[in-house]
Amino acid sequence: MSLDLDALCIRSANGTALFQPLTLHVPAGDVVTVMGPSGVGKSTLLDAIGGHLAHGFRLSGTVRLNGRDVTAQPAETRRIGLMFQDALLFPHLSVGDNLAFGLPPGLRGRAPRREAVEAALAQAGLAGLYERDPATLSGGQRARAALMRTLLAEPAALLLDEPFSKLDAGLRGDMRRFTFDHVISHAVPTLMVTHDPDDAAAAGGPVIALKGPVAP
Amino acid sequence: MNHEGRRLRAGVLAVVGLGLIAPIAVGLWQTGRAAFGILPALGRNVASLGPWYDLADLPGFATSLRLTLVTGLGSTLLSLVLATGFCAAVHARMNVSAGARMLTPFLAIPHAAMAVGLVFVLAPSGWIARMMAPLAGWDRPPDIATVNDGWGLALTIGLMVKEVPFLLLVILSALSQIPVARHMAAGRALGYGRGIVWIKIIMPQVWPLIRLPVWVVLAYALSVVDMAIILGPSNPPTLAVAVTRWFSDPDPTMILPASAGAILQAVIVGLAVALLMAAEAVGNRLGRWWLRRGGRGLSAEPGLWAASAVVMALMAAGVLAMVSLVVWSLAWRWSFPQLLPESWSLKPWMGAQDGWMRALTNTLVLAGATVGLSLALAIAWLEGEDRARRTRAPWAEALIYLPLLIPQIGFLYGLNVGFLQIGLSGGIWAVVWAQALFVFPYVMIALSDPWRALDPRMIRAAAALGAGPGRRLWAVKLPVLIRPILTAAAIGVAVSVAQYLPTLFMGAGRIATLTTEAVTLSSGSDRRVTGVYATLQAGLPFAVYLAGVMIPAMVHRNRRGLSGANT
Repeated sequence: MSLDLDALCIRSANGTALFQPLTLHVPAGDVVTVMGPSGVGKSTLLDAIGGHLAHGFRLSGTVRLNGRDVTAQPAETRRIGLMFQDALLFPHLSVGDNLAFGLPPGLRGRAPRREAVEAALAQAGLAGLYERDPATLSGGQRARAALMRTLLAEPAALLLDEPFSKLDAGLRGDMRRFTFDHVISHAVPTLMVTHDPDDAAAAGGPVIALKGPVAP
Repeated sequence: MNHEGRRLRAGVLAVVGLGLIAPIAVGLWQTGRAAFGILPALGRNVASLGPWYDLADLPGFATSLRLTLVTGLGSTLLSLVLATGFCAAVHARMNVSAGARMLTPFLAIPHAAMAVGLVFVLAPSGWIARMMAPLAGWDRPPDIATVNDGWGLALTIGLMVKEVPFLLLVILSALSQIPVARHMAAGRALGYGRGIVWIKIIMPQVWPLIRLPVWVVLAYALSVVDMAIILGPSNPPTLAVAVTRWFSDPDPTMILPASAGAILQAVIVGLAVALLMAAEAVGNRLGRWWLRRGGRGLSAEPGLWAASAVVMALMAAGVLAMVSLVVWSLAWRWSFPQLLPESWSLKPWMGAQDGWMRALTNTLVLAGATVGLSLALAIAWLEGEDRARRTRAPWAEALIYLPLLIPQIGFLYGLNVGFLQIGLSGGIWAVVWAQALFVFPYVMIALSDPWRALDPRMIRAAAALGAGPGRRLWAVKLPVLIRPILTAAAIGVAVSVAQYLPTLFMGAGRIATLTTEAVTLSSGSDRRVTGVYATLQAGLPFAVYLAGVMIPAMVHRNRRGLSGANT
C-alpha cells in the first residue's frame, strides 16, 4: 500500500496557489510529517487528499492510492481515514456504535460485528464501555476511541490533522505511542500535519516543510 | 469543481421557484391588473386609473391610511426602542438562555389569540377595569372606548405585546455574537456611561444583525389584519382591514378599488422599508459625527429603566391576556366588577364541541401538511448547500425573506385568481400552499444557523469512514440536529396556526380553523365560546413547543453532548 501525491497544488478562488506544488511518496507503515507556518494551508492540503475540499478551491495534480488515481472520487469511496485534534465522536451514538459506524458493511451478522467492536475497544483500553455516552469519556479515552473508529474502517491511507495538539502534555506522549504503534502494525501509509516538532520526532518518518507560493 | 448534489440543488431551486416565488409573482400581477381596471371576469378589458380614483373616494379611506401609518410605524419604532432599552438595562444581569425560554409563550401564541386576550383585559368590562372598580367606585363598566378606539391605541399596544418579545429574542441572539462585556468594559474605562456605550458601541454592531427581522416586523405591523379586526378601530378600520372588507363586498366591482388598495398596501410597506434604510444612512452620518465629538454624554440610565418598566408592563399585560383566555373559557356567571367568575363550568367547552373539534382538526391537518412540506424543503435546501460545499448567495437569502416582506393582502387576491384558473381554489390544498409561503421562511430561518453550526469536520469524519451523502444525512446530521429541527417545526406550527388571510382567501370561507373562528367570534358574540377557541389557538403551538423540547430530551437522555448544547 502507498499514498502518492503528484504535483499537488491548490488554488483559492482568486487564483493564488496556497503552496508550491507538492510531490510525495508515503509507503505503507510510514508516517510522513508535513510542517509549515500556520495559514499556509496544511489542513486544506489534507481536505484535498481526503476529498473534502470546499467549493471555490481549485485542485491540480493527482492523489494516488496504491497506484490508483482517486483525485476525482468522492470522499466516501476513497477509503482515506481522517483524525483531527478533536476526537469528533458522533454525540448521538454510544461509544461502541461510533466504532460500529466505521466497521465496513462487508462484515455481516450482529454477533461478529459486535465482537469486532468489542475487540477494538479492548485493544484501546476501553473494554466494557460499549454503551457509554462519548461525552462522559476522558480526553485520552475519546482520542483512542476515535483512532479505533478510523482503523476499523480499514483505511488505505490515514491523514492526521494536528492530532495531539489538544491533549495535555502528560497524555500526549502516551497517545503518540498508541497512535504510531497502531499505524505501523496496520501498515497504513500515514500523512500528518503539525506544527509541533515533538510530533514529527515521535513519528520517526521524513519531515517535509510546506512552502508558501513563490513571491512574484 | 464540485458536481455533488447538483440534482438535489436543481430540484430545490425548481420547487422554490414554482412553489414560492411564482405564486407571489402571479398574485401581484393579477392584483395589479385589477388595480388598473383590467378584470376580464367582469368584462373590464381596458386599462385605466379609475380604481385609484374610486379608492380615494371610498368613505374613510384617508382615515384608514393614516391609521395604518400611525399604528404600523408607531408600534414598530416603539417596540424597537423599548426592546433595545430593556436589553441595555438588563443584559449584563440576565441569564440569556433562561430569558429566551421565558419569551417562548409570547412568540408561540398567535396574534389573534393574544388580541382576544387583550380585549378581555383592556376592555371597559375587562380585568383592568375590574381591578380599578373598587377604587373608582364603578358598579358597571365605564363608558370609555379602551379597545377598538379611534386612535388605534389598543391595536398599537397589541402589536407591541407581540413584537417586543420577538425583537428581544432577535437582539439577544445578535448580542451573543458580540463580546458585549469586553466592549462595555473598554468603553466605560474610556469614561463613557453604560447607556452611552450601549448606543455608541453596541447598537451599531447589533443593527446589521437585526435589520431584516425589523423589516419583517414593520411589514407585518403595517399590514396586519386579524389583530386589527379584533383590537383596532372598526369604522373606518386600518387600510389592510378595509381592503379585506372591500374584497368580500357583495358588489363585485369593489374588487377594482380593493385591488388598488392592496397594491397601495404593498407600496406603503416598500416605502416604509425605504424610509428605514434612509434613516439608517442619515443615522450613520450623524452618529459618526456625534461619536467623533467624543462627548461622554449624560447618563442614560433613567431612560433605560423607564423602557424596562414599560416592557415589563407589556409582558404583564400579555400574561394576563393569556390567563384570561383560559378563565373566560371556563367561566359561567361572571358579572362586573367581580375579579373572578362567580361560577365555573365546562359548558362553554361542551356546547361548542362540534365546532371546535372541526376547527381543531382542520388546523392540525393544515399545520401538519405545511410544516412537513416546509421542513422537507428546508432540509433539502441546506443539504444541497452542504453537498455543493457552498455558502448561501445573497439573492437566495433574499428569496427566503421575500414572502415575509410583501404584505399578504397585496397578492392573496391575485393568487386566488391564479388558483381558480388552474382549478385549485377553495380546497384544503390551496390553503396548504398559501400557508406554506409563510411557514417555509420561518422554518428555513430557524434551521439555518444551527445547521451551519454543525462542525463540518464531524461530517468529514463520517465521509472518511465510508459513509455516503445519504448516510451522512440520515445517520449523523438529522439525529444530531433533532433539537433544532423540532424547534423549527414548532415555530412552523405556530406560524401555520396563526394564519388568517391565506385561510380566508384560499379556503373561500369554507375551511374553518381555530384562527378564522376566533376572529369571527371575537366581534360581539359569547366571550366564553371565544375564550374556548382562543385558548385552543394559543395552547396548540405552546404544546408543540413543549414537545419540541421534551422529545429530543427523551431520545438523547443519555447523551450529554446533545443536551441543549445546540439550540
